This record gives sequence, structure tokens and C-alpha cells, in this order.
Amino acid sequence: MSDSLDAYLVLAGVLFAIGSFGFLARRNAISMLMSIELMLNAVNLSIVAFGAFIPALGAQGSIIALMVMAVAAAEATVGLAIVIAIYRNKKTPLVDEYDAMSQ
Amino acid sequence: MSLESLIPLLIVLPMAGFAMTALVGRRLGKQAHWIPVGAILVVWLIAMGLAYSVLSGAAPLLEGAEETHGFAVQLFQWIPAGDFVVDVGFVVDPLSACLLIVVTSVGLLVHIYSIGYMSHDPGYWRFFAYLNLFMVSMLLLVLADSWLVVFVAWELVGLSSYLLIGFWFRKRSAMLAAKKAFIVNRVGDVGFALGIMAIWVNSGAIDGAHTLNIRESIEKLLAQGDANPIPLMATALLVFAGAMGKSAQFPLHVWLPDAMEGPTPVSALIHAATMVNAGVYLVARSNPLFAAAPEALVIVAAIGIFTAILAASIAMTQTDIKRVLAYSTLSQLGYMFAALGVGAWTAAIFHLMTHGFFKGLLFLGSGSVIHAVHEEQDMRQMGGLSKKIPITYATMLIGSVAISGIPPLAGFFSKDEILGEAFKLGFPWVWAIGIFVAILTAFYMFRLMGLTFWGAYRGPGAIWDKIHESPPIMTVPLIILAVPTVLLGLFLGLPLGASTIHGWLEPVFAQSVELLHQSEAEYQLFGIDGALIGASVAVGAVGIAVAMRLFGTDLGGLHLPARPEQVRGLTARVPFLYRASLNKWWFDELNHLLFMVIGGRVAHALWWFDREVVDGTVNGVGRVTIGAGKGLRHVQTGQVQNYALGIALGLIVMAGSYLVLVGR
Repeated sequence: MSDSLDAYLVLAGVLFAIGSFGFLARRNAISMLMSIELMLNAVNLSIVAFGAFIPALGAQGSIIALMVMAVAAAEATVGLAIVIAIYRNKKTPLVDEYDAMSQ
Repeated sequence: MSLESLIPLLIVLPMAGFAMTALVGRRLGKQAHWIPVGAILVVWLIAMGLAYSVLSGAAPLLEGAEETHGFAVQLFQWIPAGDFVVDVGFVVDPLSACLLIVVTSVGLLVHIYSIGYMSHDPGYWRFFAYLNLFMVSMLLLVLADSWLVVFVAWELVGLSSYLLIGFWFRKRSAMLAAKKAFIVNRVGDVGFALGIMAIWVNSGAIDGAHTLNIRESIEKLLAQGDANPIPLMATALLVFAGAMGKSAQFPLHVWLPDAMEGPTPVSALIHAATMVNAGVYLVARSNPLFAAAPEALVIVAAIGIFTAILAASIAMTQTDIKRVLAYSTLSQLGYMFAALGVGAWTAAIFHLMTHGFFKGLLFLGSGSVIHAVHEEQDMRQMGGLSKKIPITYATMLIGSVAISGIPPLAGFFSKDEILGEAFKLGFPWVWAIGIFVAILTAFYMFRLMGLTFWGAYRGPGAIWDKIHESPPIMTVPLIILAVPTVLLGLFLGLPLGASTIHGWLEPVFAQSVELLHQSEAEYQLFGIDGALIGASVAVGAVGIAVAMRLFGTDLGGLHLPARPEQVRGLTARVPFLYRASLNKWWFDELNHLLFMVIGGRVAHALWWFDREVVDGTVNGVGRVTIGAGKGLRHVQTGQVQNYALGIALGLIVMAGSYLVLVGR
């Protein structure tokens, strides 16, 4: 464990950037869901880091991080269910072929 | 239980009668009259008790009044909305009591008469339901102590009148007449509504305490005098506009003759004895308001007396028996307004009462005639009926003598009082026209009698053999109505100069008399008053004599043949007047030209403006929006990642601007 908050924030920033890039650049819906998880975890990391380095926050950082995990789990469940439902109709995981709304 | 607590029953009972008859009347069939007639019988008993108590002075003094005896009940707060508070309450003062007597008595007799008259009608139960609805409305109108409640009742009588004129709604003419009555009345009602608003505004203009209570608001308006934001004259005239509509005064008189399309009991009750009096009642009720604006009163008098002569001139040549009576009603209402206009308040209410009884009698009699001759209304198809229907004949003769102003019948006292007061209060022109109208009145009534009852029968012979007197259920109300027609004048109009009805109504009109500075001249039976009585009796007799000479008579031992050649000769000498009278002075045509042709063009132009300019603007806005939407639609690609890019860019912009603007 490093002594510096900056190291954690840099790591979180890198993770978030990777996640954003993945979400914008990948065409596969599953990969995009994974990128979302990456971004959420980057945020989680920064929250936990703030919680650890700033005494005034106390246990709040950890609690928020736990809540984010719960929400992320729910989001992943619903997201996967949607992706599977679309996959059954379209026979493809590629989101650029999901264009029914452009009419 | 005190009498006071019975006042709400006057409204509740007919209302219950209406509701029950409307709901289950169809199943009751020919028994449907029991509930409504029973309700009105009880109402009549209560009303008589109230009227006796109020008019004899047994009732307590009204709050805020020094001399007026009466009952007042506050029921509930109807509209509590901030400053705008409307209380529902009833007042029975001598004026309401007089109206109650006429409304409930004629109402009861008409209900009974209808049992016979409508017995063959498939809508029997519907008729009685409507009649009860009318009684609710009329009693509410007479009893209410708030302008807004009066207005509601005002519209309700209009509604029941509409329903009853259009009772035979399968007949096109009846349907059109009902619509005409409703629409023409609306014109007046707009005025009345504005008048009420003006009263509301005025009543609180200075101290902020607005009120719609009739007595309080008038007191405040008078106390404020010239400080009222809306002048008293304008307020009074707006209220009078409502009265003109309901009481069918020129130029809103056109609906009443057409209203004769309704069943005859309706014509008797609504369009002769009660509803059309509502306007007279309204002006009398707000008398201090009018007295404080004498210019408005002159207009009332002028319109009244003009309607009187206009309608009388039309009645002279009409051939439909009910239309003659309808124009006669217009003419008599004109008298009442003339009386109000000259400040002869009591005389107007006196005439309202006597006219209610004798015109109700004449209409019910005409219904009996129409019944006898198998729904024929054209007097040219009648004649000589006195031998076949003696009871109807006798009662109608009494009514005709009464309306002609022959003493000692009721019409003499009231009409003479109107004319005499007009003369003495400084309106000789009203008196002069009124005297002329009196001649015409006597003339057209005895023309009606001559054409209907005397001479030889002119209709088809097959009907003549079948003509028979109406059943007792119809003739008994006629006989009962003949009693007040004979005696009411003697009872109310004597002693001359200090009559009973003056004693009753004096406190109601005391303030107005004071405002108008009317001096109480001593009554001179052998001076001016005697001369005026002589003049009005003489002209009535002249009218009767001329009518008998021209249209014949079989009165007692007096037999005169009809002289149709002379009538033709006379009409040929004044062709314009004859045609004008026959065509009702072309008022229907004038209205058609004004409102249908010219008004139609204006409406068409406005329609074009609405369609092209107003709608064009609205549609233009719509079209621009649609076009913009079509263009912007392409931004929405349906690609998830495009949206995600948008979100990311947005985030960067927000974060960047935060750093630039706040972070430093």
C-alpha cells in the first residue's frame, strides 16, 4: 500500500480512461458492459482512496463503495439480460447493427 | 314549528315532486299527476299561510327595516371563495308575498287543469315533471335574497320555459319557438349578468366589502351615490335589460307570441301569469336603485308604454286565439313597466296580480275552447260556441270584461290606478298612450269573444256536432279563477286612494317614493281622480261597443250580427296600418334581416378571418415545429456509441468549464 493518495487517483484515472475508451470504441455489447464495470470500479477505487486518506470521511467512503457495487451488480444483471434479449432478435452482439431507432 | 321553518319546503317539495316524477313518472302512466299536484297543493297552503302572516302584519319585523314585516331565513353559505361570498337565504316580504299568492294559486290551478287538458298526451308524466321544475324555479326567483341566486332561478325559469314550449318537440315549429325563446332571453340575460357584476363591483368599491345580498347591496349603492365606479343609471339599465328579456318588452318581445306553440296550460302559467312577470318583479324588487336613477325610469316607462301600444295594435288583427292573448299579455306587461317607470310601484304590482289571475283565466279558457273544437286555434273557424261550451264562455266573458277595465272587476282597479298615477305623477304622455291602448284592449278582447263565442259557427259541420264542454277537472279551475278576477280588485283596490294593497306594499316602496319626491295629493273622487276613472271606463266601453258593432254579439238580450263587409271597408281605408298589424310590424323579418342576413355576413367574414389568419398562425407555428423536427431528426442515429460519445464530450466540456471558471 502506497502512502500517497495521488498514486491511487492516477490508477483510478487510468482505469476510467480505459473504460471510457472501451465503451466508445468497442462494438461488442458484452465488451461495452465490461467497460462500464471498469469505469464504475475506477470511481469506486477513488472513493475508497478518499475514505482511507481523509479521516473526516470515516466509514462513509467504504459504505458508498459498497452501494456502488450493489448498483453495479444490478446494472450488470439488467444490462446482460437486455443484451441477451436483443441478441436473440438480431443474432449479433455488435451494437452498430442495433439501429432500429434511427427510422 | 314556526312558519319560518316551512319556507325551504316551498322549494324542496316541488323539487322532490320533479325528481320523483322524472324518475318513476313513466311507470305511473295516467296516475303521474298525484305527486306533482300534491306537492303544489302543500306549497300553496304554506304560501297562503306565509302571505297571510306577512301581509296582515303578524310576522316579525325584518332585520334592518322599520316597518316591513316578513320572514327571513339564512340557509347556508353557497360560495365561500375569499372575498367572494354568496349566502343562500330566503326572504318573504310583502312584495314576495304578493308574488307568492299569484304564483302558487295560478300554479295549483294550472296543475289541476292540466290533468284534464293533457290526459291524452303520451308525455303526461314528463309534462308534470316540467311543471314542477318550473314551480321550483319561480319560487326560488321570488324568495331568493341574493342577486346570484335570483340569477340562477332566472335561468332555471328560462330552462323550464324552454322545455315546456318545446314540449311537443316532434313539431318543428314548437322546437323552433323554444329555441327562439331561449336565445332571445339570453340577450336580456347578458345584460342582467353584467348588471349583477356592476352591483358587485359598486358594492365594495369604497370599503372593499362586496356583497350580493339584494337589500344590502342596494342600500350601499344608494349611500355611495355618485361615488359608485359604475353609474347607478347604467347599473339600473343593465338590470332592466334582463327584465326586458324575461318580460318580453320591445325589442325583445318577439319570443312570447311564438311561445304559444307550447301546451295551453303552459301559456297560462308561464307566459301569462308568472314567469313573464319576473321582469316586473325584478324592477320592483330593486326599486330604490331605479328611483335613484330617474333617467333610467323614464326609459323604463317609454319602453313599457311603447310595448303596450305596439302589442295591442298587433293583437287587433291576429286570427289565432292564443296569439291574440299573447299580444295582449305583452301589452299588459307594457302597462306594468310603464307603471314602474312613472314611479307607480304599487299599481304595477297590483296589475301584476290581477293580470296574473284574469290572463291565466283567459288562457285556460282558450285552452278549453281549443280542446272543444278539436285542436283548432284559428278564430275564423270558430263562432257561436257560447251555446256549446257555456261554462268556458261565461268565465272567459268575465275575464274579457276584467281586462277591458270595466268596474267593478279586477282589471278596472289596477289599470285605472296605473293610468291615474301616470297622469298625476307628471307623465301625461304615458297616460294618453295608455288610454288609447285601453280602447284597443277592449276592442281586441271583444273581437276575440265575437269571433269565438257569438254569431254563427264557421268551421266544418262534422266538428260542430261533436263540440262539448270540457270535463269538470278543467272547468272547475276556470270557475275558481273567475272569483279573483271579479273580486280581487274590490278586495285590494278599495277604498280608493288608500287601498289595501297600498297598505301592504307601502313599506317596500317607501324609500323610492321619498327619493322621487312624490307628494301625496289628497284623493279627490269628485275631482281629478274621478275624471281619470271616468275617462278609463269610458274608453273601455267605447272599445267594447266598437268591437260588438263590428264582430257581433249575443250578450244576454243584445243581439248584433257580425259585419265583415264593414271590417273589410275599414281595413281597406288604412291598408298600411292593417298590413303592419297583421305582419306584427315586420319584427320577425327585421330580426331576420339584421341577425340572419347582415349578421350572417359579418359572421362569415369573421369566420374567414378566424380560419385564415388565426388558424393560419396556429397552423404555421405547428408546421415550423414539424419542419424543424424533421431536420433535427437525423441527429438521432440510433447508434448507442454516438450517444455515448455525446455523453463523454458533454462530460469533458462540463469538467473543463468547471476547471476554467471555478477551479482557479
